[in-house]
Amino acid sequence: MPQTKIVLRNCGVIDAKRISTFLERDGFKALEKARREMTPEEVINEVKVSELRGRGGAGFPCGVKWEGARNSPGDSKYVICNADEGEVGTFKDRYILENDPFTLVEGLAIAGCAIGASQGYIYLRAEYHYLLDLLKDAIKQAKESGFLDGFDIDVHEGAGAYVCGEESALMESIEGKRGESRYRPPFPTVAGLWQKPTTINNVETLMNIPQIVLNGGGWYSQMGTERSKGTKVFSVSGDVTRPGVYELVLGSPLRELVEELASARDVKLMQIGGATGRILPYAMIDTPLAFEHILGAGAVTVFDESRDVIDIVHRTMEFLAEESCGKCTPCRQGTEAMVEIMERFCCGEGAKRDIKALEDLAETMMLSSLCGLGQAAPFAVVDTLKYFRGDYERRIRGN
Amino acid sequence: MSKKVTSQNKVPGNLLMALQEAQTRLGCLSPEFMVELADSLDVPVNDVYEIATFYSFLSVKPLGRNVIRICKSLPCYLKNGQTIIDAMAKEIGIKPGETTTDGRFSFELTNCIGLCDRAPAMLINNDAHVDLTPRKISQILKKYK
Repeated sequence: MPQTKIVLRNCGVIDAKRISTFLERDGFKALEKARREMTPEEVINEVKVSELRGRGGAGFPCGVKWEGARNSPGDSKYVICNADEGEVGTFKDRYILENDPFTLVEGLAIAGCAIGASQGYIYLRAEYHYLLDLLKDAIKQAKESGFLDGFDIDVHEGAGAYVCGEESALMESIEGKRGESRYRPPFPTVAGLWQKPTTINNVETLMNIPQIVLNGGGWYSQMGTERSKGTKVFSVSGDVTRPGVYELVLGSPLRELVEELASARDVKLMQIGGATGRILPYAMIDTPLAFEHILGAGAVTVFDESRDVIDIVHRTMEFLAEESCGKCTPCRQGTEAMVEIMERFCCGEGAKRDIKALEDLAETMMLSSLCGLGQAAPFAVVDTLKYFRGDYERRIRGN
Repeated sequence: MSKKVTSQNKVPGNLLMALQEAQTRLGCLSPEFMVELADSLDVPVNDVYEIATFYSFLSVKPLGRNVIRICKSLPCYLKNGQTIIDAMAKEIGIKPGETTTDGRFSFELTNCIGLCDRAPAMLINNDAHVDLTPRKISQILKKYK
């Protein structure tokens, strides 16, 4: 199946600097419809019917999140767009922001209207500073054209921290603190930014909203699999001939993305979802891309036959050890311990007990880490011990 | 110790934003500056220091006029990112983590900067440089005085 463009429908078609080109493509019609013809409850209901799930990796049902924030008591509420994509190998949100900032503004304004928030934030990672002016200009043009009456959007810049892509750490950062994850409950929909009811949605999630409002949730939920509706935008990198951003209906096989669209050859393994993602061997390339199988935020990094599994896992763990916020012990100490062990395997000095130690650490971290970073940090180790155990065993020198 | 401003600060003009602004203006968050900021906001210096040292784009060490950040994450590594790191070190005569004696460049390695489709990539200050080869390095650096 070729690409299906819902999220990327305007990318490469409109001029990201001129709102007029966006308006020619039905721009802001969904926001007008949501405001004039629908109640907030009806908007939320369409999103629930669409079964849209969060595109930042966690896959939480968007409509349920919005409903929770709508129903939470409180006069001031906030909507946040998470544009802090820091997952290794992910660049889809950069591509979206570069090519169609207007749809994002529209999606965020609809979210505000649905939950009853008059203030929105976009948290942009510091590494994307060069997109700041474009984004602010899109907001300004929308405001001047009268589309944002009663709704303000502030862009907050990150300062370089992977963990701030995690929603509770992100809110801490907007509040001006260290980006450390919070204990939950309470969840953000009850007590989020400044302890007010808050929704946080990924850039791509919000990009789907205008089309869902215009065409109806039923239209959207016709696409995809039983538990993964709609399309997903993938970032493909590594050993491929055509790296880039591709949008496919959920449930499409990994092979279509990796071999047909990105033209990879001699694939050994694929890391799906970045450093906290899963690793699949080539034999599993027909796995469907869907929440019920494998997805994450849609980063697909391809490694060919020349690559060393142990080196890949070692580098992944180094990244996670550096980016752990340090608040909880299993993640802070577990990632460090895994790096030390992987270093031994890298120089061919692993021990039998190291494999057991990796397995024990992985179990503890997955069970007891405070946030998604630590809970998912051991995946690269766990998956390669499952599919590439021989690569570890060949580097063992003692017990 | 007073924690009255930071813990429930509802004013958007917060500590992190103050530090980001100072980083841009001064190039580094000196101990003197952090003490001054803490005093003016009536918070312990600890509260300022813990934020200043958490984020990789804030620095408590003096940096050069231009900060080079070459990506070391897997997608860039697969596209020979190490040869770019080596070529840069040779070109400016310092290792990652160091600043040239004339103060022109600081050289850092960074985690994924989201330019994996154009790997290997780097940031110099806020500018993205992509599809790097060792031969392109000297030409690119000419722009940064």
